[in-house]
Amino acid sequence: MSRTLQAPVTVAFDYTRSVGPVLGRFLTGLREGRFVGARTSDGRVVVPPPEFDPLTHRATADFVDLPDTGTVTSWTWVSEPVAGQPFDRPFAFALVTLDGADAPILHAVDAAGPEEMSTGMRVRARWAEERAGVITDFVFEPDGSSEVSRLGTGAPRTSTTEEGDAVSGIITPVSLDYVYAASPEESAFFRGLSEGRILGQRCPKCQKVYVPPRPACPVDGVPTEGEIELSDTGTVTTFCIVNVPFQGQKIKPPYVAAYVLLDGADIAIQHLILDIPADEVRMGLRVKAVWKPREEWGTTIENISHFAPTGDPDADYETYKQHL
Amino acid sequence: MRDVAVVGFAQRQMTDYDGSPQCAELLVPLLAECYEQTGWTKKDIGFWCSGSSDYLAGRAFSFVSAIDAIGVLPPVNESHVEMDAAWALYEAWLKIQTGEVDTALVYGFGKSSAGVLRRTLALQLDPYTMTPLWPDTVSIAALQARLGIDAGLWDERAMAEVVDRSLTDAEKNEYAVRAGGSSVEDLLARPMFADPLRKHDCAPVTDGAAAIVLAAGDRAREVRDRPAWITGLGHVSDGLHLGTRDLTQSESAERAAASVGGLDGVEIAEVHAPFSHQEVILRGALGLADDVRINPSGGPLAGNPMFTGGAIRIGEAARRVWDGTADKVAGHATSGPALQQNLVCVMEAK
Ligand SMILES: [Zn+2]
Repeated sequence: MSRTLQAPVTVAFDYTRSVGPVLGRFLTGLREGRFVGARTSDGRVVVPPPEFDPLTHRATADFVDLPDTGTVTSWTWVSEPVAGQPFDRPFAFALVTLDGADAPILHAVDAAGPEEMSTGMRVRARWAEERAGVITDFVFEPDGSSEVSRLGTGAPRTSTTEEGDAVSGIITPVSLDYVYAASPEESAFFRGLSEGRILGQRCPKCQKVYVPPRPACPVDGVPTEGEIELSDTGTVTTFCIVNVPFQGQKIKPPYVAAYVLLDGADIAIQHLILDIPADEVRMGLRVKAVWKPREEWGTTIENISHFAPTGDPDADYETYKQHL
Repeated sequence: MRDVAVVGFAQRQMTDYDGSPQCAELLVPLLAECYEQTGWTKKDIGFWCSGSSDYLAGRAFSFVSAIDAIGVLPPVNESHVEMDAAWALYEAWLKIQTGEVDTALVYGFGKSSAGVLRRTLALQLDPYTMTPLWPDTVSIAALQARLGIDAGLWDERAMAEVVDRSLTDAEKNEYAVRAGGSSVEDLLARPMFADPLRKHDCAPVTDGAAAIVLAAGDRAREVRDRPAWITGLGHVSDGLHLGTRDLTQSESAERAAASVGGLDGVEIAEVHAPFSHQEVILRGALGLADDVRINPSGGPLAGNPMFTGGAIRIGEAARRVWDGTADKVAGHATSGPALQQNLVCVMEAK
């Protein structure tokens, strides 16, 4: 068994950016099936056009249309493509200098195998049938071949006010896959939850009990030691009433999210307070964990459905004031 | 300028760290080693600075959880860079130069194995015209390698020689993730991964962490007989666009070396070249003489924890001053695609 609990996690979001006049012109060109480069102050023609001149630092202003044929100046064979690349089968990445340009553009070449690739080979852009004004509107292919291109899933999109207007923005979906690991101490905590136990760790120096446990005491910077089993009763130290609906919300507002200081712990955990009207929740309220039915338990804090009032008198402020 | 030296260094490098990407648990023993080396406690540290990346960890503000390892209550003087810890060291060195503090502890960490490293790093490219293609780091390095081969600046044999020497040296490095030289012929017989790169031409995906202690003047002398005095520290970045750079050269590495007055007299250089051909580029760009010993630790080809690999080069180089192997050394760190950013740290006994 692995020392830690691990689970796959995907972090996904859309990068939404405005592109400005230079890149906007380049991307608008792509949507129209043509390449727009720029002449820099040293006389070179560069595509994609840099927004500012690398020498004078002035805004780029001298634009040049370029043909969609060029020469490979360097290439590599992608034997194991990763998600999001232009092809999900082996292909080439290449530096391609378009005819009339002095600097290469990085892009994919749709070739059958590395033996079909060579420095100095001629390539031609193959345009997607439906173009959005993004860098994936084309791929290169060896000059002479002619297949129909497809846009992969997750291809970026652009924003324009109306059809025919210049491209003003780009939206790039980003999705990253991880295997996320809990720390060994957190793993012990989650394994404990699957047995109906709440486990913390104690700092050997200051004796504070952390739950969920941390690998190190933030006061002393030393490893925590020793499993401490905590009671599932505690005290509300502070709370907020959630009135605002948001995406992914599981409970209808208003409801209470609170810090619950479990008896024997030195740091509060956050959880829900239910079985009491939201406006009656208060600091010092004594609460107890309400566990879901055992057959629904996993290695998760959700084994505890929520905390509910015990009916006991409120805790004295002195007993929790140093934990606020 | 104040005299500032590297006086402490601890590292861990591993193929797969079985723990959370916050790495607090991994950092605790490294910081303990630094205290042991210096005889100090956390109260002796004036400034803390770390290097790491949320993209590697897959969670926001990942460095905040890691600072549990340093003990942040009561609050400490602390900062973070989303770069290799070598750049955190630069910030710490500057902080000491201000006179505000006399000591600093710099650390870096990265769990490269949590995601697909070569893909995650596509996010450091131009987000309009490059990242949407997800060009992976290995592919970009391969494009660079071929440009040099086609130009006759190096060949596959020269690359294999770098690998063979690195992996042979790595046999003496207890932290090496990959070690064991074979022969240039044997290496050249292995299959291509990203033509013209073979897997051994690329630094292995490495998890790990490292910590370095800096101290000024007498604080440094109280720790070591031969502190590694920083006599030059510079970093320079090239532009974002790969197409407008000559990828067979590293202009920024050359300028970084020039900014510290050149590397004449350096006996040992720890060079952060995650791909074999990049060592050839850097040897030229940094102006390293033929007799300079490069990467006696085995270098990044033997282990390259992200956001730590550059700092480890500085720590490894400093160790050679402490133990009397050399009087003048250089540590080099790189960041960004195809050697885009380069940092040089020259250290001397005196
Ligand atoms: Zn403590």
